[in-house]
Order: sequence, then C-alpha cells, then structure tokens
Amino acid sequence: MRKIPLSCLLLLAGSLSLHAAAQKTTAEGIAEYRALLQDGNPAELFEAKGEDLWKQKRGPKGASLEKCDLGKGPGVVKGAFAELPRHFADTGRVQDMESRLLTCMQTLQGFDAAEIAKTPFGSGEQKNLEALVAWISAESKGMALNLPQSHASERRAYEVGKRLFFLRAGPHDFACATCHGADDKRIRLQDLPNLTKSPGAGDGFGAWPAYRVSSGELWGMQRRLNDCFRQQRFPYPGYASDVTIALAVYMGVNGKGVKTTAPAIKR
Amino acid sequence: MNADHILGAVAVACALALFGCASADSAADIDRYTAEALKSSFRDQGIAKVDRLVQDPANRACSEADASGKPLDEKTAREIEAANMKTIRWPADGRFVGDWREGEKIAQNGRGLTWTDAAASAKGPANGGNCYNCHQMSKEEISFGTLGPSLYQYGKLRGVSDPAAAASKPIVDYTWGKLWNARAYNACSNMPRVGHSGILDEAQIRDVMGLLLDPQSPVNR
Repeated sequence: MRKIPLSCLLLLAGSLSLHAAAQKTTAEGIAEYRALLQDGNPAELFEAKGEDLWKQKRGPKGASLEKCDLGKGPGVVKGAFAELPRHFADTGRVQDMESRLLTCMQTLQGFDAAEIAKTPFGSGEQKNLEALVAWISAESKGMALNLPQSHASERRAYEVGKRLFFLRAGPHDFACATCHGADDKRIRLQDLPNLTKSPGAGDGFGAWPAYRVSSGELWGMQRRLNDCFRQQRFPYPGYASDVTIALAVYMGVNGKGVKTTAPAIKR
Repeated sequence: MNADHILGAVAVACALALFGCASADSAADIDRYTAEALKSSFRDQGIAKVDRLVQDPANRACSEADASGKPLDEKTAREIEAANMKTIRWPADGRFVGDWREGEKIAQNGRGLTWTDAAASAKGPANGGNCYNCHQMSKEEISFGTLGPSLYQYGKLRGVSDPAAAASKPIVDYTWGKLWNARAYNACSNMPRVGHSGILDEAQIRDVMGLLLDPQSPVNR
C-alpha cells in the first residue's frame, strides 16, 4: 500500500469538514431558525384573547360561546379540533372549526354569519375568529388527529376533497397535488408536506391555525387555503365554502393519528 | 306523504347542503358533487376569474388519473401529447436563443397571474417564469425548488457548445417546444404550459432559452 503523508490526510480532513460546514449553514441554518421561532410563539397572545372571547357575552343576543357545540357536545373544547371537520346534525353539513364557529356566532350570539364570511381576513369579526381558532386548537395540542368518517356525508366530503386536491386548472395547470403530492419536495427552500398520506398530511393539516412570522398574523386553515389557491392562480374561494371544507377533510383524514401542533409558528 | 314527496324533500335537502345527505355515492356522483362544490365555492377576484376552473381535455384526463392513482392509458396519453404538440408556436423569425441575462431575471421571478397581480402588459410588470421555484439552474442560486429536475448544466450536458450549430438543432427545438407546451412531450407533466397558456411571451421564452442553452450562461458555466 502506498503511504500517504499525514499532512495530506490532515489537509484532506480539514477541507472535508470545511465543505460539510458550508453545507450545514444552508439547511441547518434554516432548521435552527425554525427551532428558535418555537421558543416564545406569539400565537399564545391570540390564544389568551380567544379564551376571553369564548367566555365573553357578545353580539346582538349578548351571549357567550360557552354553549357552542364543536362536535363533542355543547361547551366541550378540549379535543374538538382533533376531530374537525365533521358532520353536524343541526346544520346538516360537514363543518370545519371556522364554519362551525360561524354557526355558533349566528345561533347563540346573533351575528350574521354570511356577513362575517364576506369580511376580509384580518379585520372586524375575522380578527376575533383568528383568536378563537388559536385558543380552540391549542386546547387539543398534542392530540392525535381523529376525524370521523362514519357519516356518509363525511365520506362524501373526503372523496370530493380528493377530487379537488388533484384538480389541475388555471393558467399554470396547478393542482394541490402539484406541490403537495410527493415526499421531500421544495419550492425554493420551503419544504412541502406530502398531503396525500401520513405523516405529511397530519404535519401540515395539524399545524394550522399558525402564527406567520413573515406577516405577523395568526392564520386559520381557511386563510392558509385561501393563499394556497391564490398562488395556485385559482379564482377566490369563499370563506368556509364547500371546497375548503372538503379539502380539510381530505387532509385531516389522511393525517389520522398524527399529533397536532396548532397553533404552530411558521416562517 | 308518498315516496315522491320524500324523494323530493331529500333532493331539496341535498341541494341546500352538499355534504348533508346520506347515501352511497358512485364515482359519477362524486364528480357531480365536486362540480357543484366548485361552482358554489369560487368567485372572480381581480384577474382570476372562475372560468379558470374550466379544464381542457388534458387537465381533465390527468386529474382523473392522479385522483384514481391509475396512470393514463397509452392511447389517451399519445392523443393528449399530439393535441398539445399542435399548439406549439415556433419563433416566426427563426430566432430561438436570446439573452441569458434577461432569462435569469425571468427565471427568478415567480410573480404574475394571481388575483393580487395586475394583468401583464407592456406598461406594467411582466409575468415571471417561476423556474427557480421548481428547478436548480445556476450554481450560484442556492434557493431553488426540487419539484422539477435540476437544469444545472442543461445545455452542456446535452453537448450544446454552439446553439446556432446544426448539431444543436434537435435540442434547441425540443427545449423551445418543452417551454411552450410541456404536455406535448409528457401528457401529464406537472410543468406549466409556459407559452401556450400565455405565462411568458415569445421574447421572454427566447431569453429563458438563452439561460438554458448559451454556453456563457451561469447554467452552463
């Protein structure tokens, strides 16, 4: 065997570790940044406000939301988020957290649900909804997603959601699946969860509502989906519309068993 | 109440709430409910009108194949590719390769055609090509996506030392065609039909061609 001088080996080892360090700065730097963000998530401020809003007597009827049924009985908040969207007998609809809150705000407090649905994100009652969803989701933090599929309408919503997820249209021919249909993909440096299966679907779906550092706002799943559709170059999805709820069912059911992290913190 | 009345009442309930009535659904039912959900859920906003949801035969077939997990049959795939091949507009003046510096700017730019964008115009901002969102291109740009294959050294790896040379013609033609309408070569490609769908105009595509094929471009250096 030919003998390699020790100095050469040291030089080689040095350049290898330098190379490794340079690579670390990109991928690991981003991971570090994200880890730092976890420390002191401003979503907590929204949670506190949300809990107050839940208990506060408001609206034309001067009532609180404490009798609101989020699927586990009137007033039960803990665990509700991990099982939404689900079918509700009183409305005859499959509803996600936000559409269900609209129902409660209308029936219990006397607000006009259609009016709130039309209100732009980040203003008026939409701002209160952000706080409510932050608190309600936080009450289920760490629980395993377990959306029911026992009602025929829940199974239908899943199948419709699946069709919508794969629907290619618009000037760019984008479907949800274009970006979220495979493992280990990125747009630029942004990792994309594979929403067609576990754990990606649960990691993605179970993280929203989330605090967005880039905009300093708390976004519910409705707003998250709205901005997905914007970037997909689709027309504008109505707040709490059937399309958004069906997609939520598709993602949530695919993520069954994954523990929720909402309200998470995002770049 | 007779059976007709009951059926009528159920139909009304179904019309009121899409996911509200219980019955086993066939694939055709799901298609219908999906169409109804689209119709009731989306509205025009800015330049993004609801007519964007209308699918051409290629998108319809590929969406169905994706949702079912069954790839298109050969015959349908070849038909889609042939139909899309016919849409490719080749440069009228025969100039295929433009300025890679402009091409790099277009590749970096991911803007355009959302409901918050203005329509692309001579006066206003032009649409971007979104290239780096999905592809590695130059070595210098480390912020690149991985939805598409790496295009680093695209021209070099294909032996293009002079894009104007006769030997380069097949690659030059293919690259133009792929940019204009990727579905002409792969029926269910995920790549936007950049020329065909009016995302970039002919001059912009020429510059992106420069980025991909010019030996001086950072893609090939």
